[in-house]
Amino acid sequence: MAIDVRIPTILRTYTDGAKSVEGSGGTLSALIDDLDGNHPGIKDRLVEDKSGSIDLRRFVNVYINDEDVRFMGGLEAELADGDQVVVLPAVAGGAG
Amino acid sequence: MLTIAQEIYDAIVAHAQRDHPDEACGVVAGPEGTDRAERFVPMVNAAGSPTFYEFDSTELLALYKDMDARDEEPVVIYHSHTATEAYPSRTDIGLASEPNAHYVLVSTRERGNSERPVEFRSYRIIDGVVTEEDVTITPTPEHQRASTP
Repeated sequence: MAIDVRIPTILRTYTDGAKSVEGSGGTLSALIDDLDGNHPGIKDRLVEDKSGSIDLRRFVNVYINDEDVRFMGGLEAELADGDQVVVLPAVAGGAG
Repeated sequence: MLTIAQEIYDAIVAHAQRDHPDEACGVVAGPEGTDRAERFVPMVNAAGSPTFYEFDSTELLALYKDMDARDEEPVVIYHSHTATEAYPSRTDIGLASEPNAHYVLVSTRERGNSERPVEFRSYRIIDGVVTEEDVTITPTPEHQRASTP
C-alpha cells in the first residue's frame, strides 16, 4: 500500500532532502509510524503528547487528498492506496 | 540582504495599514532558488487578531500547491505587529518554519492609518536564531509588476 507523502522544506533533513517519500498505513497514525521507521525522528515533529494522548501538533497541518485531516478524524483518518498526503507547517506567529 | 521592488514594498505596507489594528500577513513568492521576491500574495489572517496571525489551513495548501506548480518558493513571509516594534516575537521565532525565507516585519504602532513613516525590517530565522538583514528597495521593473490574485 503506497502513499505519497509531501515533505516540507523544514523536515527534509529527515528525508535526505527528498521533497516526497513513500509510506504505508491504513490510518494517518500508522503512516506516521511507518515514516518514522524509515526517517527516524520525523514522528516527533508531527505529533505531541497532549495530556496523555498523542495528537497532531497544533502548528502542523496534514492534508489527505487536499482535505485537512482535522476534519477527517485527525490521526485516525483513514488512508487508501494511492492517497496523497501533504504536510505543511502552519505559517503563523504574531506579537503574542 | 533582502532586495525588494518598491511596488511590492508599498503593497506590503498598504496591506498592514489596511488591516490595522489586526495583524496582516502574506508572502512574496519567487522562482525557487533565485531569492527573487516577485509575486505578491496577501493572505487572510485567519486568527483575525491584533496579536496573532495564521494562514487559513485550506488557503495555505492552495498557496503551496500553486507555488509548487510554478516552481516557486516563499521568498518573503511578512506580517505586521500593530502595537510593538517590527522585531520577531518569541512566537514568531518558535513558529518560523521556512529556513530559506526572509521574514519581513512591519510595525504600524506609530503610524496606524496615518502617513507617518513605517518600520519595515527583514530577518532570517533559522533554528531559533534571528539575524536581521539590510533591505534594499529597487525601482519596480516592467516585467515584475505585483499582481493581486
